[in-house]
Amino acid sequence: MAETGLVDIHIMGERHRVPDSLTILQAFEHAGYKLVRGVGCRGGFCGACATVYRLPGDYHLKFALACQTRVEPDMQLTMIPFYPANRSSYRLSELKGEAKEVLDLYHEMLRCYGCNTCTKSCPQDIDVLGYVAAIVRGDLAAAADISFDCIMCGLCVSRCPAELVKHNAALLCRRIYGRKLAPKSEHLARRRDEVKAGKFNSDIAVLKKQSKDELKKRYAERDIEPGE
Amino acid sequence: MSYPSNMQDSLNAVVAGRERRMSETFPRATADAKEALLRGFHPDFLADTFAALRIGPNSGDRTPRELALLLEADSTLPKMGTVPPGGQSPFPPTINQSKPDYTCDILIIGGGGAGCSAAIMADNAGAKVMIATKLRLGDANTMMAQGGIQAADKDNDSPAIHYVDVMGGGHFANTPDLVEALVSDAPEAIGWLEDLGAMFDKNADGSMKTIHGGGTSRRRMHTARDYTGAEIMRTLRDEVRSRSDITLLEFSPAVELLTDDKGEVTGAILQNLNLNRYSVVRAKVVIIATGGSGRLHYQGFPTSNHYGATGDGLVLAYRAGAHLAFIDTMQYHPTGAAYPQQILGLLVTEKVRSIGAQLVNSEGNQFIFPLETRDVVASAIIRECSLNKCITTPTAVQAVWLDTPMIEIRRGAGTVKRELPAMVRQFGRHGIDIAKEPMLVYPTLHYQNGGVEIAADCATNVPGLLVAGEASGGVHGRNRLMGNSLLDVVVFGRRAGVAAAKVAKERTGDPQLGLTHVERWRKELAAKGLGSEVKSPLLLPDYTRKSRCPALDH
Repeated sequence: MAETGLVDIHIMGERHRVPDSLTILQAFEHAGYKLVRGVGCRGGFCGACATVYRLPGDYHLKFALACQTRVEPDMQLTMIPFYPANRSSYRLSELKGEAKEVLDLYHEMLRCYGCNTCTKSCPQDIDVLGYVAAIVRGDLAAAADISFDCIMCGLCVSRCPAELVKHNAALLCRRIYGRKLAPKSEHLARRRDEVKAGKFNSDIAVLKKQSKDELKKRYAERDIEPGE
Repeated sequence: MSYPSNMQDSLNAVVAGRERRMSETFPRATADAKEALLRGFHPDFLADTFAALRIGPNSGDRTPRELALLLEADSTLPKMGTVPPGGQSPFPPTINQSKPDYTCDILIIGGGGAGCSAAIMADNAGAKVMIATKLRLGDANTMMAQGGIQAADKDNDSPAIHYVDVMGGGHFANTPDLVEALVSDAPEAIGWLEDLGAMFDKNADGSMKTIHGGGTSRRRMHTARDYTGAEIMRTLRDEVRSRSDITLLEFSPAVELLTDDKGEVTGAILQNLNLNRYSVVRAKVVIIATGGSGRLHYQGFPTSNHYGATGDGLVLAYRAGAHLAFIDTMQYHPTGAAYPQQILGLLVTEKVRSIGAQLVNSEGNQFIFPLETRDVVASAIIRECSLNKCITTPTAVQAVWLDTPMIEIRRGAGTVKRELPAMVRQFGRHGIDIAKEPMLVYPTLHYQNGGVEIAADCATNVPGLLVAGEASGGVHGRNRLMGNSLLDVVVFGRRAGVAAAKVAKERTGDPQLGLTHVERWRKELAAKGLGSEVKSPLLLPDYTRKSRCPALDH
């Protein structure tokens, strides 16, 4: 996918000619924009660069992460620097972990009428409608699992005719699942107690006193747990 | 096939050799072989890309030229009493001692993993906390960490065994007190994150699924698919937002610390990037949690780092008199994406090798044990390219293969999609199915091993200034193991929050606000004949077409 030529794109109505190998984000910079908003990790993990665009002859509005999408000829581009979204306030420690609590905090989830626009707009290909349905039927474990790859870009919210704030509701489901519903790790609980009781202090004190050569020898001779 | 035709012969060699390699174990390198690899090929040993600092607490120490330029630079603030050209809200000619724009107990600069962990713990301790962050809350390298987080919580493991691994990985140069803190707090950090609602990968009985990382002697890497950092960051961020007592200022980086006449840190000056306005914050303690500096593109390398990773915290702390440690060593992650160009430098998580993929040269042969420490693997890849046993991409990047289809053969169909959804998605967007085709990789600038020297409670040599996370130096020595940076930000973020709350309680009265350290710095610059044209912190890299480093493919 080497650079093979130049393409015209339109950034907020203004025409720019850019190499066709660039991502949308790189094309903005090539055109001379120094970005402050609408840019983050540049690797598809943070959701800062949510973008909408159109292609000629196509009435559809298209959605993408600017850092992950290559420019196309005559793309009509704009950026969504920040999409306001309701976020309910809660303290996880005060929640019981019941499905009803999610609907109390995000009661608008019940307004979903299943148009699936959210799923179509998700740059992560998440089954957004699927997890909304899971929330509505009270299956928080499924909602947490299906929504796991969400990067909270908010594109699903921007397009929802019922004005649901799905990504924030999904985050609440995942936090409830992580704290309350996931099976507890006994070895972790045991080790936390052991560390608090100072069980390993003397071992580490011995290591800290060792010379560099002694430590090197120990490192070279350590036994290594087999892989899987 | 999605690779150009001139790569097909090599690709065929990779496929042809796969069956043989499935049963082949490449031997681990001996200590001497590792040393020779590092000295011969690691970028830290390219002497002419380094410069010795001429001013400040680390005078005489060497560091990459790009960092030296910023550490020796002048403040971005106009000279006292002047008005910046075109500024809507000129920097106040005098700081109003009785009326700073904000007052808090603890100012945390940076809103990534370390900053948010510190904020939560300090808030728990009853301190009045403010977070100022350059971009959005959570926009940080933490968000991008895929591989995992280490903690010795299995029965066959212990903090002491973890300690030995960390010291060995860091070439035994690490600060022992910091390593002790890291490994001892690790199980508690994992438990704390889980109590906040982070979803780690678990077995049905609740036991943690754990894997190896480069340089680990036990399988102690905890994962959240390959979104481990994102899962931790979005959990911490949501918790911070749930606490209405924490004041949050986004798009407001610190451009200078404030000090009193004894040189103690008493706050900071922030710049609102949207409005180009300055504001003055008075704080009893300041925690720098600004992260790394990969966006300075040391030695012209591409980087896996976040857009905001420009080393601001190092610059601010250095000008205020803080001593830096290990600033002559950077981590080049062995596997950055080398093709296609759109994802150049993007991280290919070490988890790919942890779960069974091998590194293979253009002839289809293994050349390094896949789970050596990162510096050794990176050096081996660079060596292979220097021997011309590599692929050259259409944008002239050299690369070797990372044979991901092996994972599916070893662990069953569907493993790649289940274990590496982010990787599948990133390559899939460019037409490469990594379950069926290998990737092309080359080292990418990944981590700032060094930073501001800290004690185990995150204190620096400057009173009132604490540092946590990637901006600090010492815990990882000269090389960091996978899974210890997420651990670092949580462990030391938490420690910084606790320690800062304690210091804030002890500091009574309103600290005096001043910029005497900047005036002193300027006199010293002039005395040493150093110019004041270069200003720092940089805040954001300049990637516009007319930038001063247009050749960088980022």
